[in-house]
Amino acid sequence: MLAKIHVTLKNGVLDSQGKAVHHALNDLGYSEVQDVHLGKYMEIALKGISEKEAQTRVKEMCEKLLANTVIESYRFTLEPAE
Amino acid sequence: MTTLIPITPEIVAEHGLSPDEYARIQELLKRDPNLVELGIFSAMWSEHCSYKSSRPHLKTLPTEGPRVIQGPGENAGVVDIGDGLAAVFKIESHNHPSFIEPYQGAATGVGGIMRDIFTMGARPIASLNSLRFGAPEHEKTCYLLNGVVKGIADYGNCMGVPTVGGDIYFDACYNGNILVNAFCLGLAKADRIFLGSASGVGNALLYVGSKTGRDGIHGASMASAEFDDATEEKRPTVQVGDPFTEKLLLEACLEIMKKDWVVGVQDMGAAGLSSSSFEMAERAGMGMELDLDAVPRREEGMNAYELMLSESQERMLFVVAKGHEPEALDIFRKWDLDVAVIGRVTDDGIFRAKESGVEVVNLPIETVVTGALKCDRPTQKPAYLAEVGTLDLASREVPADCGGALKQLLASPTIASKQFVYEQYDHMVRLNTLVLPGSDAAVLRVPETNKALALSVDCNPRYGYLDPYRGAQIAVAEACRNVVCAGAEPIGVTNCLNFGNPENPEIMWQFQEAVRGLGDLCRFLDIPVVSGNVSLYNETKGEAIYPTPTIAVVGLMEDRSLHCTQGFKQAGQVIGLLGSTLEELGGSEYQKLFWNECRGQPPQLDSQVEFDVHRLCLDLIRQRLILSAHDCSEGGLAVALVESCITGPKALGAAIELNGDPRADALLFGESQSRIVISFAEEALHGIESRAKKAGVPFAVLGLTGGQEFQVKINRKEFINENILTLEDIWKNSLSRYGNRVA
Amino acid sequence: MKCGIVVFPGSNCDHDCYHILKHILQLDTHWIWHKDEALNSFDFIVLPGGFSYGDYLRPGAIARFSPIMKSVIAYANQGGRVLGICNGFQILVESGLLPGVLMDNAGQRFICKDLTLRVENNDTPFTALCEPGTVLKIPINHGQGRYFTDDDTLKRLQDNGQIVFRYCDTEGNTSDEANPNGSLDHIAGVVNATKNVMGMMPHPERCADPLWPNVDGQMIFKSLIESSLAHS
Repeated sequence: MLAKIHVTLKNGVLDSQGKAVHHALNDLGYSEVQDVHLGKYMEIALKGISEKEAQTRVKEMCEKLLANTVIESYRFTLEPAE
Repeated sequence: MTTLIPITPEIVAEHGLSPDEYARIQELLKRDPNLVELGIFSAMWSEHCSYKSSRPHLKTLPTEGPRVIQGPGENAGVVDIGDGLAAVFKIESHNHPSFIEPYQGAATGVGGIMRDIFTMGARPIASLNSLRFGAPEHEKTCYLLNGVVKGIADYGNCMGVPTVGGDIYFDACYNGNILVNAFCLGLAKADRIFLGSASGVGNALLYVGSKTGRDGIHGASMASAEFDDATEEKRPTVQVGDPFTEKLLLEACLEIMKKDWVVGVQDMGAAGLSSSSFEMAERAGMGMELDLDAVPRREEGMNAYELMLSESQERMLFVVAKGHEPEALDIFRKWDLDVAVIGRVTDDGIFRAKESGVEVVNLPIETVVTGALKCDRPTQKPAYLAEVGTLDLASREVPADCGGALKQLLASPTIASKQFVYEQYDHMVRLNTLVLPGSDAAVLRVPETNKALALSVDCNPRYGYLDPYRGAQIAVAEACRNVVCAGAEPIGVTNCLNFGNPENPEIMWQFQEAVRGLGDLCRFLDIPVVSGNVSLYNETKGEAIYPTPTIAVVGLMEDRSLHCTQGFKQAGQVIGLLGSTLEELGGSEYQKLFWNECRGQPPQLDSQVEFDVHRLCLDLIRQRLILSAHDCSEGGLAVALVESCITGPKALGAAIELNGDPRADALLFGESQSRIVISFAEEALHGIESRAKKAGVPFAVLGLTGGQEFQVKINRKEFINENILTLEDIWKNSLSRYGNRVA
Repeated sequence: MKCGIVVFPGSNCDHDCYHILKHILQLDTHWIWHKDEALNSFDFIVLPGGFSYGDYLRPGAIARFSPIMKSVIAYANQGGRVLGICNGFQILVESGLLPGVLMDNAGQRFICKDLTLRVENNDTPFTALCEPGTVLKIPINHGQGRYFTDDDTLKRLQDNGQIVFRYCDTEGNTSDEANPNGSLDHIAGVVNATKNVMGMMPHPERCADPLWPNVDGQMIFKSLIESSLAHS
């Protein structure tokens, strides 16, 4: 099973990188760009565990280590391994 | 509408105001405040902004002197260093945010103190940090250490301001409350200092920097939930720093400050737009009119309450002479900063703010700024002092293996080299760092002069726990001694007073005693306290930190070529000691490490002896009689000697002979004050002896540098004989092994 | 001799480069603002260290789109000499003037310290005054300095003498211990194929003022001056 995890800054937390990239894209002529958010994407391969267990375990991993829950939120999907 | 919500006792309590304080607000206004106004009172009357508990005590500090251009009360203190230049400096805490989110907390602490410096018109040239963490073995300590250090590094490095020194202690008293105290020093022309004052009717208020977001809005979650459906997630209480924007802000500010139409400026720090605007108007005795619709914002739907109280970082408030707004806007736009004219200075002493054309704040400025109820907090000598005040040495044995004890001390994270930390900081940018981190004090040249400044920060919390008065005195003495060892004359002090809950009379007693100690020694040494910060309520579940009055000292040397470092320079040189060693082990690192206790009396401190040792050491450096000078502090004489052996151009051994009555562990590891380890060429011995005698300072020859062994005999008996490279490895790498360990 | 220092928003070693070139080496030194679009007749230009655009997204990724970079690229393509130091190096690789990328340090920490480099090629305008194999003591100051490129490019760099500096110990030997950031093949600095554009992670401007005992960094600036004199 493959867990695909996105970690992003919570709403309302200043995204300084997003702001700088937004500015640069506008400068390059992409005036349609209205907002930019940067985050992290992770893939974690899991073995020997049911989907239900994985839901709980991956959530725990996010809370404990992968996201800094003071300023970041996370979401993830579980997919069968290829 | 935020103005229409009725103020209930619950809302008042949520805002941290007592019923007495609320009654005073009603009495002063002769009406009920609206919610925005209540929020402003709550912020401005908070301990953080009003200093209501600490002010009566702080007033007793010596703040004047011939060099003082600006004492406490402004963004930072300013001291004249000659050649038309001034040193602008301050230290400030960012403790609580750093415990919640170490990386962002420390980063924004650094950003805040830098803004305090450049709002005065000074270019920051150096930073220091004083950090306190819990016991090394505590589960959170390593994580907090790494997060704080990375936060300081990423912010300071990006700003191009070198982080040149600091101090780090570990003690279980900080398990639930770490301390992050950030110091910054800048240079300015002595006649171009900018103050936070809003004078001149009709002058424009310019908002500059980042947009305002919903960061750090304290106030009440309950009250705010009532006027906005925003979820808790939309209200981060941790501010996030943007050093890139601050770097632009720095350059833009220094550029605009060359213009003669800049009237005043203040950082939007704690309580953001409220404190900056109210304080600037109050200093000038003026009023202000704000149009909140003009305030740049990050999110839609922000209301007056949020705009007035947001603590978003990297923002400043400028007052610019009427008519010069277009030029000012051009400069800030050149640097890609958000900027807007958001109001005007008025002359009636009233603060008015409008939202969508409706007046939402109408408050008398002086009342808000100075009207907080003065707190004459009761004090009481803490009960624990009677219990911990004694130390029976007879029942505690001298270790059989003093060499092994020395190794354990060198490995203690409090004593071990901080190279692991300072290598993560850019400590060289701007090409001023004459003495790199790792000696007693950092030394920076003053560009375009022959002068240099030496900087040091210090505080041993265990001394403060056993005796807050003496603990504060020793913090001042040590920071001064460090600066003196570098060859500089102390010219100014800034302090960051970290304590527990002031509503507890025992804590308030600690605070009062520490301030008294600080003031007494500064008065005796004739060094003014020019700026400072107080951080109270550092406690978790009733467990307060040890009193930690952190002291930073700035020293001046007229001739930068006369700077001195702590390392022994070559083999065959004589090692000496200024000052005397008493049988003192109370509060020492040795006591903590081997007996796992902190009790007894902290080392004695005789102000006159301290002063004489400073004079003598400076004299010896200026006469070029000595080749190194190193303050004896945590870990005592043995540790100081080893540090001198391994911080020179290359590691050198030493053969040392100590004589005297104190027991061996006190001679080796005791932390008696007013001592400096020096080294010199043999020819200088006579000159040093006669000068020490004249100065009335005890002086003894301890031995010689050279060889591969670090050898100590006491009264002719060998106590330590260790390979110096082994000791070097332990001292240099222990902290990095700790910081790099896999949690 | 006229030289220029490009100032990007977030550059922070620009003053230090200016100090060395202007006050120590007495050159006619000019600031070049990143919003400018024209490059005058400079003998060489320096892209200084720092954190252009806060290093956001990737170091150098946004700066390479600054208006001035079009001119820098044109200037370099006409044979103009360009020295990129630290963040300047990162901008040069992002802009395609130099091959490779600079990744996070292997230890995942920022490192500021003195270290030693070996001069691998003195047949460049930037090292003409050094003997091959000379060991220079020059500090580094970066979080993302781990040089990396594909095998073909590495081979080309090696074959063409485009690797100008390698990290080494004080004796001049390369080793994993002497490599501070995990750089591929111990690379600390490279030139382009025509040898008029060089990027290096270490900071020569930090050891070029005689107020400090070490002035090894002067070798690079003096080489540049000497060869520019010969060139013009």
